[in-house]
Amino acid sequence: MSDTLPLSIQTNRRMEKWIRFEPNRTVRLAVGKVELGQGNVTALAQIAADELDVDLARISVLSGDTEDAPDEGQTTSSQSIEVSGRSVRLVSAELRARVLDRLARRLNCSPAELSIDDGVFRRGDAPTGHDYWNFAEAEDFAEDIVGTATPKPHEAYRYVGKPMPRRDLPAKVTGAAFIHDMVRPDMLHARMMRQPCRGARLAALDEAALRRAERGEFRIVRVGDLVAFVGRDETVVQRAAAVAPLHARWDNVVPTMPEQQEAAWLVGQTSHDRVLGTEAPPVTTNVVSANYSRPYIAHASIAPSCALAEYRNGHLSVWSHTQGVYPLRAALANVLGLSQDAITVRHAHGAGCYGHNGADDAAVDAAVVAMQIPDHCIRVQWRREEEFGFEPVGPAMHVTLHAALDDAGKPQDWTAEIWSATHVQRPSSGGNMLTHEALPTPPPDPRPTDPPEANGGGGTRNAFVLYDVSVKRVLHHLVLRSPVRTSALRGLGALPNVFAIECFMDELAERAGADPVEYRLSILSDARARRLIENIARRCNWASRGAAGSGRGLGLGWARYKNRAAYAAVAAEVEVDQEVKLRRVWCAADAGLVINPDGARNQLEGGIVQAASMVLKEQVRMEGDGITSVDWDSYPILRFSEVPEIDTEIIHAPDLPTLGMGECTFGPTAAAIGNAVAHALGTRIRDMPFTRERIAAALLK
Amino acid sequence: MAIELIVNGRAVQVSVASTTPLLDVLRNQLELKGARYGCGLEQCGSCMVLLDGEPIYACSREVGTAAGGRITTIEGLGTTDHPHPLQQAFLDEQAGQCGYCLSGIIMRAKALLDHNPSPTRGEIARALDKNLCRCGAHPRILRAVEKAAAMMRERKGA
Repeated sequence: MSDTLPLSIQTNRRMEKWIRFEPNRTVRLAVGKVELGQGNVTALAQIAADELDVDLARISVLSGDTEDAPDEGQTTSSQSIEVSGRSVRLVSAELRARVLDRLARRLNCSPAELSIDDGVFRRGDAPTGHDYWNFAEAEDFAEDIVGTATPKPHEAYRYVGKPMPRRDLPAKVTGAAFIHDMVRPDMLHARMMRQPCRGARLAALDEAALRRAERGEFRIVRVGDLVAFVGRDETVVQRAAAVAPLHARWDNVVPTMPEQQEAAWLVGQTSHDRVLGTEAPPVTTNVVSANYSRPYIAHASIAPSCALAEYRNGHLSVWSHTQGVYPLRAALANVLGLSQDAITVRHAHGAGCYGHNGADDAAVDAAVVAMQIPDHCIRVQWRREEEFGFEPVGPAMHVTLHAALDDAGKPQDWTAEIWSATHVQRPSSGGNMLTHEALPTPPPDPRPTDPPEANGGGGTRNAFVLYDVSVKRVLHHLVLRSPVRTSALRGLGALPNVFAIECFMDELAERAGADPVEYRLSILSDARARRLIENIARRCNWASRGAAGSGRGLGLGWARYKNRAAYAAVAAEVEVDQEVKLRRVWCAADAGLVINPDGARNQLEGGIVQAASMVLKEQVRMEGDGITSVDWDSYPILRFSEVPEIDTEIIHAPDLPTLGMGECTFGPTAAAIGNAVAHALGTRIRDMPFTRERIAAALLK
Repeated sequence: MAIELIVNGRAVQVSVASTTPLLDVLRNQLELKGARYGCGLEQCGSCMVLLDGEPIYACSREVGTAAGGRITTIEGLGTTDHPHPLQQAFLDEQAGQCGYCLSGIIMRAKALLDHNPSPTRGEIARALDKNLCRCGAHPRILRAVEKAAAMMRERKGA
């Protein structure tokens, strides 16, 4: 049994790590996954309430705490409900069974005679005088979790499957709610001056000139090439940091060239190359090929990264909006040379991160400064230009697809060739913390790896087509050096790969003289996928889709995220004049058993808006010292009046296991817009973003 | 230098340089954390508060230029126990994901509804165009503002 247990339980076998009955008749659920704005903590509470038979309001959740919560690694890859949710269900069911078994022995009855009503135990219709709070004892928590208790059937759920309001939202619409808002005793504000690039050396910092420019009181903390401005007055340190680069001289800066900001630059760079899938040589007759690309993309959190750290009595306490408190603790121990036991990391709410942004780096900043100024709480907040300029960005990708067609114009041999830098440079995956590289003994250059296929891959995520193609292969060129640091951004390679595949499908359909929906269905056996495509085609009135080139377009795309998580199909209606106006979007998703349908809908639709923003507008620009798109004017995102009407339908499938759905609309949205724009223009744009310049160029073709 | 402000209906005096950003004064001197730092560039709207009823960017507004003015922050609208209709509507519609942008958006929406109690969806979207949301909660936010407008009209009529 144990080998089928979710990883979260395998690494956290102790019951008391997960659940505790508190004296005030609440239940404390502790989890390692953290709230990043996606609503997972509310959903996990729903699961526990149902399995334990207590009112949802009694469940308090502690999430992300290296002292008191289980280690569930990172909150990534749409795994919170699939993995942590499954764990919470098994753990809760097992604790309930243990307590009831012991009560049955005490009462000399069968556990089947016992029931629980909001934590109070009954035997038949009669009260037993016992409940979790007066009956549960150490014995119930003594054994390791084995995961053999049978969870409830979905028909018995009271909370799971029903829309539940998010627990964190009331604070967020009334006042203080974020790590940025925390105030600790002896707090000092800090701002950083960053190394322009890895290996750059601070040749000189003209402190006198800097202090003439900013006359308020602040300390300058310098450790190697790391500089922090620290003081009681946040305004002063912010201003000092803003002007500091004017008074600093750096050696060894490697300039960035504008052509490096384009995905096309990747082709021909030094790379680790591998072939996945069939080893048979590709068929070379009747081959159709096309190139697609996405540039570097910023996470572009609406809040700059923030962290608090204090070093007192030989112990370092850190608060961070990290995706993983335990991995961050390991990274801090490595950077600072402390033992992990001497460090506590606690999660606090930040703005949405959508992957690996500056959160962890800011935590290391705060910790390094805290080690220099013990017995104070050091609060580091990044500046806006720092967030844009130094977060690890989502890597650019260039994708070339080749399909050898049979006589009916259907693909029989498929090759996806992918060029991309790494999609994950977390410290646990061979990457470096930004601050570490500025310290006196910087770590070796990062080791370029990509997530293994078992975890869904990185550049290869969703690269294998799910259509009925008998021979498929993926050629992956992991480009070893990227002009800027890259790491995980929502969906990793899924967005560019699904964009490429689903746009190519429309192109193959057109070549075969077939309707894109009919063409897809003719080579697709997966019943769940077919159902979504049929659903979306009906709802967007696909049958009345007009001829191409009218300026109005309708397009669709679908995918199963990571080829094994949730399914989503998306249709988009656009108008294209000088730019693309996204009018309406329809979405259908199948994620098996959905815990909180309103939270799921919020994620599906958020993914649609964010993907649309990326396809239509976004590109990280670089030149000279590095990233030059360091504000919202140079890195525009979709605004309220540009957001389409969205009509979402979640397929009811409560008998099927929950599938992670936080990223599933990303690729399909990009593809649907790509196809809708091609339909509107009568010619195709294959490179994101769809700027005015690209539209004009496409029309001139 | 002592500067007088009327914040959420209460007269306060702060001793800071007149060039200090209003946002820093609200957050650090007055411990009102609802207005949030996002960019410091008047580009994202996370710091939005009302000055004499008009939406302003607190991040770049020097406090000296707001002296004597009536400032309203999200804390001045309502509390979790007694939310303003806008806050209630945002909770009813679950209009947010990470929530960082929401206080600025709610303040801009408050200014809109004070001037125009029955805005169309297009008018709401245009009013909120200067506020950024990265999570993609826009459709919900638009619905929440529409709902709040209806609640406020009802309340006025009652």
